[in-house]
Amino acid sequence: MEEIKKQKLAEPIKCVEDKWKLLPAFLKVRGLVRQHIDSFNYFINVEIKKIMKANEKVTSDADPNFYLKYLNIYVGSPDVEEGFNITKPISPHECRLRDMTYSSPITVDIEYTRGTQRVIRKNLPIGRMPIMLRSSNCILTGKSPAELAKLNECPLDPGGYFVVKGSEKVILIQEQLSKNRMIVEMDRKGMVSCNVTSSTHERKSRTVVIMKKGRHYLKHNSLTEDVPIVIVLKALGIESDQEVVQMIGTEDSIMSQFAPNLEECHRLQIFTQMQALNYIGSKIRQRQRWGNQNKTKADEARDLLTMTVLTHVPVVNFNFRPKCIYLALMVRRVIEAQGDSFKVDDRDYYGNKRLELAGQLISLLFEDLFKKFNSELKKIADQIIPKPSRAALFDVVKHMRQDKITNGLVTAISTGNWSLKRFKMERAGVTQVLSRLSYISALGMMTRISSQFEKTRKVSGPRSLQPSQWGMLCPSDTPEGEACGLVKNLALMTHITTDLDEQPIIKLAFNLGVEDVSLLSGEELSSSEVYTVFLNGNILGVVRDYQKLILNFRLLRRAGYINEFVSICSNHSHRCVYIASDGGRVCRPYIIVKRGRPMVTQRHINELTQEIRSFEDFLREGLVEYLDVNEENDCLIALYEYLITSETTHLEIEPFTILGVCAGLIPYPHHNQSPRNTYQCAMGKQAIGTIAYNQRNRIDTLMYLLTYPQAPLVKSKTIDLIHFDKVPAGQNAMVAVMSYSGYDIEDALILNKASVDRGFGRCHVYRNQKCVLKKYANQSFDRIMGPLLEAETRQPIWRHQVLDQDGICAPGERVKDKQVLLNKSMPVVTMSPIQTGNSSEQQQQEYRSVPISYKGPEDSYIENVMISSNPEEAFLIKVLLRQTRRPEIGDKFSSRHGQKGVCGLIVQQEDMPFNDLGICPDIIMNPHGFPSRMTVGKLMELLAGKAGLLEGKFHYGTAFGGDKVEDICQDLMRHGFNYLGKDYFTSGITGEPLSAYIYFGPVYYQKLKHMVLDKMHARAKGPRAVLTRQPTEGRSRDGGLRLGEMERDCLIGYGASMLLLERLMISSDQFEVDVCGECGLLGYSGWCHYCKSSCNVSSLRIPYACKLLFQELQSMNIVPRLKLKKYSE
Amino acid sequence: MTMSTTEEMRSYVTLNEYDVDHVHSTDFPGSYHGYDDSWDFNRFRRNFWIEVTKLDDMEMEFDMVGIDAALANAFRRILLAEVPTMAADKIFIHNNTSIIQSEVLAHRLGLVPIKVDPRMFEFRQEGDEEGTDMDTVEFELKVKCTKNPNVTADLPDPYEIYKNAKVTTKQLKWIPRGNQAALHHNNPIRPVDGDILIAKLRPGQAIDLRMHCVKGLGKDHAKFSPVATASYRLLPKITLKQPVVGEQAERLARCFTPGVIGLKEDEDGNKVAYVDNARKDASSREVFRHEDLKDAVDMKKVRDHFIFSVESTGALPPNVLMCEAVKILKEKCRTFLVELDNLTKK
Repeated sequence: MEEIKKQKLAEPIKCVEDKWKLLPAFLKVRGLVRQHIDSFNYFINVEIKKIMKANEKVTSDADPNFYLKYLNIYVGSPDVEEGFNITKPISPHECRLRDMTYSSPITVDIEYTRGTQRVIRKNLPIGRMPIMLRSSNCILTGKSPAELAKLNECPLDPGGYFVVKGSEKVILIQEQLSKNRMIVEMDRKGMVSCNVTSSTHERKSRTVVIMKKGRHYLKHNSLTEDVPIVIVLKALGIESDQEVVQMIGTEDSIMSQFAPNLEECHRLQIFTQMQALNYIGSKIRQRQRWGNQNKTKADEARDLLTMTVLTHVPVVNFNFRPKCIYLALMVRRVIEAQGDSFKVDDRDYYGNKRLELAGQLISLLFEDLFKKFNSELKKIADQIIPKPSRAALFDVVKHMRQDKITNGLVTAISTGNWSLKRFKMERAGVTQVLSRLSYISALGMMTRISSQFEKTRKVSGPRSLQPSQWGMLCPSDTPEGEACGLVKNLALMTHITTDLDEQPIIKLAFNLGVEDVSLLSGEELSSSEVYTVFLNGNILGVVRDYQKLILNFRLLRRAGYINEFVSICSNHSHRCVYIASDGGRVCRPYIIVKRGRPMVTQRHINELTQEIRSFEDFLREGLVEYLDVNEENDCLIALYEYLITSETTHLEIEPFTILGVCAGLIPYPHHNQSPRNTYQCAMGKQAIGTIAYNQRNRIDTLMYLLTYPQAPLVKSKTIDLIHFDKVPAGQNAMVAVMSYSGYDIEDALILNKASVDRGFGRCHVYRNQKCVLKKYANQSFDRIMGPLLEAETRQPIWRHQVLDQDGICAPGERVKDKQVLLNKSMPVVTMSPIQTGNSSEQQQQEYRSVPISYKGPEDSYIENVMISSNPEEAFLIKVLLRQTRRPEIGDKFSSRHGQKGVCGLIVQQEDMPFNDLGICPDIIMNPHGFPSRMTVGKLMELLAGKAGLLEGKFHYGTAFGGDKVEDICQDLMRHGFNYLGKDYFTSGITGEPLSAYIYFGPVYYQKLKHMVLDKMHARAKGPRAVLTRQPTEGRSRDGGLRLGEMERDCLIGYGASMLLLERLMISSDQFEVDVCGECGLLGYSGWCHYCKSSCNVSSLRIPYACKLLFQELQSMNIVPRLKLKKYSE
Repeated sequence: MTMSTTEEMRSYVTLNEYDVDHVHSTDFPGSYHGYDDSWDFNRFRRNFWIEVTKLDDMEMEFDMVGIDAALANAFRRILLAEVPTMAADKIFIHNNTSIIQSEVLAHRLGLVPIKVDPRMFEFRQEGDEEGTDMDTVEFELKVKCTKNPNVTADLPDPYEIYKNAKVTTKQLKWIPRGNQAALHHNNPIRPVDGDILIAKLRPGQAIDLRMHCVKGLGKDHAKFSPVATASYRLLPKITLKQPVVGEQAERLARCFTPGVIGLKEDEDGNKVAYVDNARKDASSREVFRHEDLKDAVDMKKVRDHFIFSVESTGALPPNVLMCEAVKILKEKCRTFLVELDNLTKK
C-alpha cells in the first residue's frame, strides 16, 4: 500500500492535453477587445451614476430656495430622431452609411423647484452618448449570427469602437504611470526624490519629496519654493521633534541622515503649527481668486495641505495624521534610497503602469461636460431669477439644452482632442479612425496601447522591452521608427481591470489582522517586525504576519469571496504589502499549482470540451486565477508541467499567448530572427484580403479586397482563435526558391503569368464619392440635373455618358477620367433672402454647375449608389466605385515572415521551371533572401504546407509548439517527395534538368496595399505654382520630378553647365526681364522707370524666382542692382 | 576518361545527393573524341520511337525516345502556349445583380473550358467587335433566383429553398450563329464540364449576359491554353552497384516508390533487392539519407527518354492536341526555312 503511494507521488506530472482549450473559453468572456467593452460598460452603468452623485445639486446665488437635484441618470439604447419627436432604434451600419453618430440619449430624473413648488421630472434627456459597439447598450449584444446578418453586421467584428459621424473611431488604450503611488527616482546627479502623482475626481497634483544639500524638502506646483519637510510636518500638527523622528524612523542610519532637517527647522525658528502654517502660507503661489479674499496665510496653507498636497490621502475634519504618516514614509523612502540604489524604483516597470481605456477617458470628459452643463444652468438661474418682470415662473427644465453634452462628446471622439479644463489636460490623438485595411489591422488597432511619452526624446528606457511585460504585451508587435517601443500591443490573454469598490476590502483587511494606522504611533509604523499594508496607494495599516495575511487573502479570493481582479503582493525591499483594486492594471490568468500539482486536470478539460464547464467555473472553483504584474512577482510560474517544482505556485496556460494578435499569425515565429516578426506585425496590417462579412455592404473611402482569398495552409492556434481563416488576407502560392533571370535581385519576386491569369493576387479597390445636397438659409437648395444632350444626336454628351435620367450615375457603368458622376448644381446666391413678391416668383434662381467628376488614370466601375438623408435632413448621395486589378510589375507582396518584395517580372508559364509532376511555381523567390534574414520559420512553413497538401490537412505552426519538422519531413518522404523538400526541376526554357534541386512548396503570400498604379508618376509639362512659376510638387498635383541639391552637385562636379542651365532654369521658371544697365533695376517692356529712359535697357533671361527675390528685397528697402556687361567684353 | 563514363555522361543525367550532374545534352558534333554526332536522319529514325502508355479523352501519357530535350521541350511549350482553343473573351453583361462583381464574373466565365473544335474557326480580326459565325461562338446565361414554392419548411440548405441558388456552367446556353447549328449538329457546342460553379444567387438576384468565345493562344491568356498542363519527365534508371541483402534490402525498398525495388529470396533464404521497375520512381532520393545504402545505388535518368504527360482541358483530346503541336512546330520550321532562303537570296 505504502509502496504504491510512494510510486504515485514520484511519477512525473502528466501533461494536460489540450490545455489551450481554456483559451477560447477565456476569450469568450475576456480578452482581445473585451477590455474596451468592459470599461465602457462600467462607465455607462456604474461610473456615470457616481459622477451624477458627485455633482447632484445645482443651486443659485440669486434664490436660496432654488435647487435642482439629480435623482438618477440612465443611458438608453441607440436611436435616431426622425423629426417630430419620433425616434426609432438604429443599427450601427445605418450610422456608418448615413454619416450619423451611433448614440443613445442620456436621461435623468430630477427634482427641482419652480417658484415655490417642488417638481419631480423623470426621463429628461440632457444629451446623447456615443455608444461603443457590442457594449451593454448596443443593439448588437447577445444577437445570433443570423440576427447580426439582418443588421448588416459581421459576426466576427469585435466591436469596441464608436461610430461617430459615419466614421469608426477607436479610443486607443493609453499607458500612464500609475496614480497615487510613491515612486523613488534618482536623477543623473544622484539626487533622490520620491514622487507621488495624486489624483481624485476633483483634483490632480504632483507632490515630490526631494533631497537637497543633505536636507529634505517638499516640492509642489502651488508652492513658489521648496519647503523644508519638518516644517510641513509641523504644519500638519506634529510639533515635537521627537515625534517627527519617530514617524520617520529611529534607526541610527535614518536618524543621522534626517538630523540636518531638524537643525534647519530650528534655524528658521519654526516650532509651532501656526508658525509652520504661516511659513508655508508665505510661499504659496498667488493666483487670482474671486470671493473669499480675506483668508489668512495660515488658512490658505491649511487649505493647501488639505486639498492639494497629496490629495488622494483623505483628510477628514482636518485630521492630518494619515497625511503625516504618508509624508513621513516618503521621506523615509528617500533616505533609504540615498544609500542603496536598489531601493530606487523603476519607472518602466510595468507594475507601475496603468492603462486608461475608453470608459475612463469618456468618464473624464463626461464629468467635465456635466459640470459645465450644471454651471451653465446655475448661471442662467442667477441671471433670470432676479428679473422681476417675468410672466411665467422660472422653469429650469426649459433651459436644459441637449447639444452641449452631445457636441462635447461627439467632437472629442471625432477629433481625438481631449481637453479638460479641470485637470488642465490637453491631449491630441486620443482617438483614431479604425483602420479597415484588413480584419487584422482592425483587430490589431483594438489591442494597441499608446504611451504618453514624447516620441522625440531619444531614451531607450521606456522603449525597451521590460521583463515585467512578459505575457501582458506582445514582444514583437511594435512599429519601427520614432514610435518604436512606445506604441505597444496587448498579448492574447491580457485583461485590463476596472475599478472595484474599496470598502469591503478595507473591512476584510482589518479582519485579517491589519492594524489601523490611525491607532498607531509613529514608532510602531517603522518597526522592523511589521509590514505596512497599502490599498491602492493609501496606507491602511500594519500587519505582523504578512505571509498569513497574503495567504488568507488569496484563499478568500480563490474561493470567490473577493473579486478575482483584486491583487495582493508583498514587497520585501519596501517591507510592504500592496493590495490593489484600481482599474487599468494588466493581468492574465494562470493555472494554480498546489503541492507541485496543477489544479486543472484532464477531467476539467474534458468537461470544457463537452461544454459543461465554462471559464468562470474554473475561476470559481479556484483552478485558475488572474495575476497582475505586481502579483506575478510574488509567484513562481512554471512554463511547462515538467518544470514544476515544490515551490511552483502557478502554471502557464499556453506559452504562445505571450504573443499578440498580429504576431500570432506568423507560423513558427520562434524560429525567426526577432525583427522579422516585428516587420510582419507591421505588414500584416497592410495585407489586402477580407475585411469582414459585411464588406460588400460598406461604403468606405478606401477599401481593398482580394478576389480569391485563401485560408493559410499552415495555421496557428491564434489563427483559429481570432478566426483569421474565415476572413483571410493572402493566398497560398507555390514558391520555388531559386534564382531566375536577374529580375529577382533585391528581393524581387518572379510571378507566373498563367497564375496571374487564373486569378492569383487579383484585387479590388473600392473608393467612394460623397455629395450632400444642402439647403441654404434663403430657402434655396442644391439640385441635381439630368444629363446634357448633344444638339444633333440627342445623345448625352461624353462627360455625362454614365448619368441616368436623374443626373446620378448608374450602377454597373464604366467611368473614365473626367466623366461626371453627379451632375450637381448650386444656387449662386445662398445668403441673402430671395425677394418676395410677384416679380421674384417668375425670376428663376440662378444656378452654378458644380459637378462631381471622376479622376483617375484608370477607369472604374460604379458598384453602388446610395441615396439617403443625413442627420441634418439633407440629401446624402454616396457613390461606390470599384476597380479590379491584376498584379503587375512593381506590386508589393510579402510572406508572413517580414520578407517583402516587389514583383520584378511576370513570366510565361512555359518559361517556368517544372518538376516531374508538371507543377510550375506561382512565385520564384531568390534564395539570397534567406541567409541574412534568418527566417527559418518560412522554410518550415514551406515544408509544413507541402506536407499538408499531400496529407490533405492543415498543419500548425503555433509559436513554441506546432508540428515538428521531423514528422513533416517523414510525411513528405512517405509520399515520394524528398525528405528535405527539394525537388528535381526541369528548366522550361532549355528543357534540360536544372543542376540543383529546388526547395519548393506552398507559402502563404500577402498582397500589400502598395501598388504601382497608385504611385506611378511622370510629367513632361504641366501645372506650375502661381507664386514662383516653378513646376508643382507631388504626384497628386501632377508635379515635376525634382533635380535636388545632391543631383545638382553631381552636375556641377561634372561640369555639365548647359545641362544645369536647362534643368534649373529653362525647364523650370525661365523669365525674360528688362534690366536697365544704368541703374541696374528691373524695367518693363524696354523702359526703365527709374531712369525714365530706354537707352540702356537690355533684356535677359533669369529664373522667375530670382526676379521675385529682387522684388521682395525691394519691398524691404534693399536695392538689388544688376550690373550688366557685354558678353564680348 | 573511360569509354563507359563518357557513354554515361552522354546518355544519362546523374542524380547525386546534393546536385544533378550532366544536365546538358552534349551529343553534337565535336563534343567527344571518337563519336560521330553529325545529324543523320536514318540514325534518328532508327533510334526514335513513341509509345503511348495511356490515352483517354482527357489525359495521355506516352514515351518519346531518341529526341533532344530542346525538341521535346518545344512540344511542351507549344502545347501550353501556342495550340489555339476557344474561350470566352467578350462578355456583354445586360444585368448582374448578383454579389459577384461583373469583372470577376467575366473572368470566371473566361476560364471555363468550351467543348468546341477550334480548328473549325478562324481568329477574329482585330477591332472586330461583333464577330462572324466563322470566328465566334456565342453563349447566353440568363438566370434568376427565386424561392422554391414547393418547399415550405425552413430547410437549412439554401440550395433546397431557392431555385437557381447556384449558377453553373450547365446553364450556359449556346446560341448558334449562321450555319453553326448545322455544322456542329453532331457535336453541339457546350462547356466541357457542366458543374463548374460560376456564381451563387439569392432570391431577387439575376444574371443576364451574352458571351463571345473566340479563338486564342495560351501565351495571350491562360484561358486559351488547351492543356491543364503538359510536361514530361525523364525515365529514371536505377542500378544497384552492389548486392543489398536482408534488412538493408527491405530498407532500400522503402526508400523508393513502391514497386521500384523488388525483393527476392536467394538460395539461403535471404532477401535480396533488385530493381524491378525504375519508371515508377519519383526521384525522392531518400536512399542518400542512409549512409550504408548511399553507395550501393546509382540514380540516373535517361537523357533522351521523355515520359510525356498531356492533360487536356477537354476541348480536344490530348492525342489530337499533340498532333496539332507537331503541326505548329512544322509550320514554324517551314517559316524559318523560308526566311533563311530569303536571307540568302538577298
